[in-house]
Amino acid sequence: MSTTNINTTAKAKGFPLPSSLKVVPGTEQAQAAYPYYIQFTKEDDERFWFYNSMHFPEPMCLFDMITAEAAYAALGSANTRIHCLPTTLGIDCRIINGRVYIGGNAVTDPVEIQRRTEEFKRRAFYYYANWERLFAHWKDKMMSLIRSAEALPKLDLPEFEPLEHVHAGRGVASNHYILETYQKTIEGYFQMWHYHFEFLLLGYGAYLTFFDFCRKAFPEISEQTVARMVAGFEAEIFRPDDELRRLAKCAIELGVDQQFGPGRSPEQIIKSLKQSGAPGLAWLNELARSRDPWFNINVGDGFYHYHRSWNDDLSMPFAALPGYIENALKGQRLERQTDRLMAERKQLIADYRELLETEEERAAYDQMIELAHRVFPYVEGHKFYCEHWYTNLFFNKIREFGALLAQHGFFPDAEDVFHLSHYELEASLIDLMISWSNGSLPRGPAYWPAIVRERQAAIAEWAKHDTPPALGPVPDIIDDPAIVMLWGITRENLDTWLKAGEQPNSNEIRGVAASSGVVEGMARVVKSAEEIDRLRHGDILVCQVTNPTWAPVFQKIAAAVSDIGGSMSHAAIVAREYGLPAVVGTGTATQKIKDGQRIRVDGGRGVVTLLD
Amino acid sequence: MSSSEIIAWFKDIGLSDRPTVGGKGGSLGELTRASIPVPAGFVVRTAAFERFICELESDEPIRSQVEALSGQELEKITALSEHLRARIEGAPLPDDMNSEIVAAHTELCGLDRNPPLAVRSSATTEDRADASFAGLQDTYLWTIGVEETLKCVRSCWASLYSAPSIAYRRKHGFPESGVAMAVVVQGMVYAQKAGVMFTRSPLTGDRSVVTIEGAWGLGSAVVSGQVTPDRFVIAKITGEISVREISHKHVQHVPAPGGGIRAVETPEHLREAACLTDVEISALRDLARKVERHYGQPQDIEWAIDQGGQIHLLQSRPETVWSSKNRKPVAKPADDPLQHVMKIFGGRR
Repeated sequence: MSTTNINTTAKAKGFPLPSSLKVVPGTEQAQAAYPYYIQFTKEDDERFWFYNSMHFPEPMCLFDMITAEAAYAALGSANTRIHCLPTTLGIDCRIINGRVYIGGNAVTDPVEIQRRTEEFKRRAFYYYANWERLFAHWKDKMMSLIRSAEALPKLDLPEFEPLEHVHAGRGVASNHYILETYQKTIEGYFQMWHYHFEFLLLGYGAYLTFFDFCRKAFPEISEQTVARMVAGFEAEIFRPDDELRRLAKCAIELGVDQQFGPGRSPEQIIKSLKQSGAPGLAWLNELARSRDPWFNINVGDGFYHYHRSWNDDLSMPFAALPGYIENALKGQRLERQTDRLMAERKQLIADYRELLETEEERAAYDQMIELAHRVFPYVEGHKFYCEHWYTNLFFNKIREFGALLAQHGFFPDAEDVFHLSHYELEASLIDLMISWSNGSLPRGPAYWPAIVRERQAAIAEWAKHDTPPALGPVPDIIDDPAIVMLWGITRENLDTWLKAGEQPNSNEIRGVAASSGVVEGMARVVKSAEEIDRLRHGDILVCQVTNPTWAPVFQKIAAAVSDIGGSMSHAAIVAREYGLPAVVGTGTATQKIKDGQRIRVDGGRGVVTLLD
Repeated sequence: MSSSEIIAWFKDIGLSDRPTVGGKGGSLGELTRASIPVPAGFVVRTAAFERFICELESDEPIRSQVEALSGQELEKITALSEHLRARIEGAPLPDDMNSEIVAAHTELCGLDRNPPLAVRSSATTEDRADASFAGLQDTYLWTIGVEETLKCVRSCWASLYSAPSIAYRRKHGFPESGVAMAVVVQGMVYAQKAGVMFTRSPLTGDRSVVTIEGAWGLGSAVVSGQVTPDRFVIAKITGEISVREISHKHVQHVPAPGGGIRAVETPEHLREAACLTDVEISALRDLARKVERHYGQPQDIEWAIDQGGQIHLLQSRPETVWSSKNRKPVAKPADDPLQHVMKIFGGRR
C-alpha cells in the first residue's frame, strides 16, 4: 500500500521535535515502564504529532494507557481496513511524561486515494444505506458484549477446590480461571473499542457534511445551533438524568420526599428509607431499577480509571435529587418535554432553510440533514454503552484484580493496580497463580510496592509540567477527516498555536477585519482632508478616520487602513463597495506606519504588516 | 393637516412615492405604515424644490449650466457650485410654499413649541442601488425653531449642488432634469445610544445574523466614523449573541446649546462600557427582523435608543453589497444523497 505521512513544509517553522522533549528528571523509570511501541524514537522527529489533551488531559497512569492502545487499534482498523477512508489510515500514538501524543497517517497519492474511494463507496455507503438495521444489530452485539463482561466470574482462590468441582471432574483449578477471567476482561475491552468505532467516523462524517454546508451558507452560525438542528432527544445518554427525575417523582408519590433533606449522605438516606417501611422500600426498588443500567454513567469521559460512575458513588445523583423534588413540589413538569423539543428542532430547521437563497440549496440542505438525522442516534447513543457502561464494568473488574493482589500483599491498596501496565498485571497474576499452586509466597509483594510508589510520584510530578501542544514539523494541510472531525485540528489552529509561542510581532498592527482581500503597496499617511490630493493610484490610504467626502479617493487606492472605525464605519462600507481590503479601528496605524513605507493589508484577518 | 402637493406626512407615503419624496422619505413612510417606531415627520416634496428652482431659473439658468460641464473640470465645478449654493440659500421661498411648511412644522411640533428636529436631504437618486454613494447630501441635526427649519430646507436643496455631488452626476452622466431633492423634517431622537445594524453580516454576507454597531450619544458619531463603535452579532433565529466587541468610545455626539450637535469626550466610566444590554440587543434584532420581513430583503438600518429607553429606527435601506454579488450555490442536490459525504471524506485538495 503506498502511503506517506502528512506532507511537511520545507520551512523550518514548526513545533519542538519529539527528540528535544526531555523526560522529567527523576521519572525516567516510570517513563521506561510504558511499552516500547509507544515510546518516541529518533524517526518520530520526521512526523507531526499533537497532544491529545481532549481525551487525555491528565498524565496517564500506566494501566490506563490501555484505553489509548485499544481505541487507536480500533479506530485505525475501522478507517483503514473496514471502511477504507480514502485520505487517511489510522492514528499512531506515543507517550512522554504521561502525555499522549498522536499523529495521523494521511494518504496523499491521488491514485491510491482513488482506489480507496471506490472501496469506501462499496463499504461506507452500504452502512449509510442500511444504517437503521446495522445500528439495531450493533445494539444487540453491544448488549451481548456487556452481558459477557457482567457474567465474568468473581475472583476466588480458595484453600481447597470446592468438592463439587472435584466430583464433577472439572480438573482445572481456580488459579487458571483468574488468568482466563483477566484475559477475557482485556479482550472484551479491546473488542468494545471496535464496536465504538464501527459507525463513529461515518456518523461524524455525515454530521460534518451538514455542518460544513451550514458553515458555508451561514458563515457565522454557531456550532451549537447546527448541533441543535441535528440532535435527537431520545438518546440513551439523556436517560440517567431522566431517571433522576423519575425517582424524584416517585419519592413524592410515595411520600418519602422529606428523606432527601440537605446534608444527609446517600448511605444515611438509604438506611432510613429501609427502616421507614413499605414506601421507603418501594422507592429503593425503583432506585435499583434505575441503577441497572442507567447509573453506569461516569462523572468524566470514562477514559481514566478514576472516572467513577454514579453506581460507584451515589453522592452525585443523590445531590441532584432534592432540586428535582423541590421543582416537582412547585408543580413543574419533570419529564423532558420531548414533543416540544422536537417541535423546536423542526422550527429551527425550517427557519434556517427559509434563509437559504435558492431552491437548489434548499434541496441539498434537505438531503444532508436527512442523512445527519439518520446517523445521529448512533453518534449520541454509543457513548452510554461504550464510554460509560462498558468502561465502568471494565475498570471495576480491574479493581477486583487489584483487590486480590492487595489482599496478597502485592501493594497496599487495590487502586495501586492502575500503576501496573496490563502486561505487568498479567505477570503479577501469574506470579500469584504459581505461588497459590505451590504454596510458596508470591514474589510480587517484595517487588511492586517501591515501583508503585515511584510511579505515583511520577504522575504527581508530570502533572506539574506543561507540555507543548504539538511536536515536529507543521504539515502544509490537514486533510485527515479523522483528525479534523475528532480533534477539530486544522491548519489554522496550528498557526494560532505557533503564534502563541512567539514574541508579539512588532511588525504587525491589528484592527477590525473590515473588507477582505490582501494587498501590498505604498502607505500614504493622510492626516487631514487637505492632504487627500497626495494620494496616487495604487497607494494604500492610512488615515485616522474617513468621512463621506473621502469616498472618491477609494477609486484610486489599493487598500485602506484607519485608526478608528468599526466594520460598518464609512471606510469599511466604501471599501467593501469598491472591493478593496480594509483594516479599520487599528488604534495606532497613523503613528506606526511611516509615509511611503511598504505595507501589506490583510482585510480578511484584520492585520497590517510593515514590510520595510 | 393632510398631505398636499408640497407636504407629505410619513403616514401617507411609501416606497412607491420615492419619485416625489426621495429615497429617505419613502423609506420612512414605508416604515411608519408598517408600524415600525419611527420619529414622526413630514417630507417637503420634490415639487417644492422644482418650483423653487424654476423660479430661480427665471433669473438665470441653473441646470443647463451644470450640464455644460464635464466630470473632470473640477475647478469649474467648484466655482459653479459656490455660485449656485449661494443663490439657493439666499433666495426667499414662494409665500404659499413658505406658509405650508410653517403650518406643517407647527403641527409636527405640537404643544411642545420648539422640539429639536432633524432636517435631512432625501434625493431621488440617493439610495438607488446603482448610485449608492453614502451621504453626499446634507443632514442637519438638532435644529430648533421654524426659521432654522426653513433655512435647513434650502441648505439641503443647495447640497445637491455641492462640488462632489455635481462631479459625481457629471461623471455618471445623469441628466439634471431627473435630479430632484425632497427634504425630510422629523422629530429628533435625543439618543442615549445609537448606531447602525445590518440584517446580514457585512463581513461574510451571512443572512442568519444581525450585526449591530453602536456607541453612546447621537448616531451621527457612528455613521460618520468618528468613534469606533461596540460591535455585537446576534443570531437572527436563535437570538444567541456570538460577538460582543467593546471598543474604546472616546467621543460622543450630543446636542449643542442653541441647536446643532457637537462632539464631546465620553465620560470616563462609559468609555469602555458596553453601550447595549442583552435585552436591547435582542429588541433590536426583533425590529431588524420585522423590517427585513416587511421589505423581503436584507436591510441596512439606523437606530437610536432615547433617554427613556425607547427604540426608534431612523432609516432603513436595502443592503446592496452582498445582494448584488454573484454567488455560487453552496451545494446542489445530488442524485445519490450519499455523494454529499465525499466532501468530507474525499479529500479537499
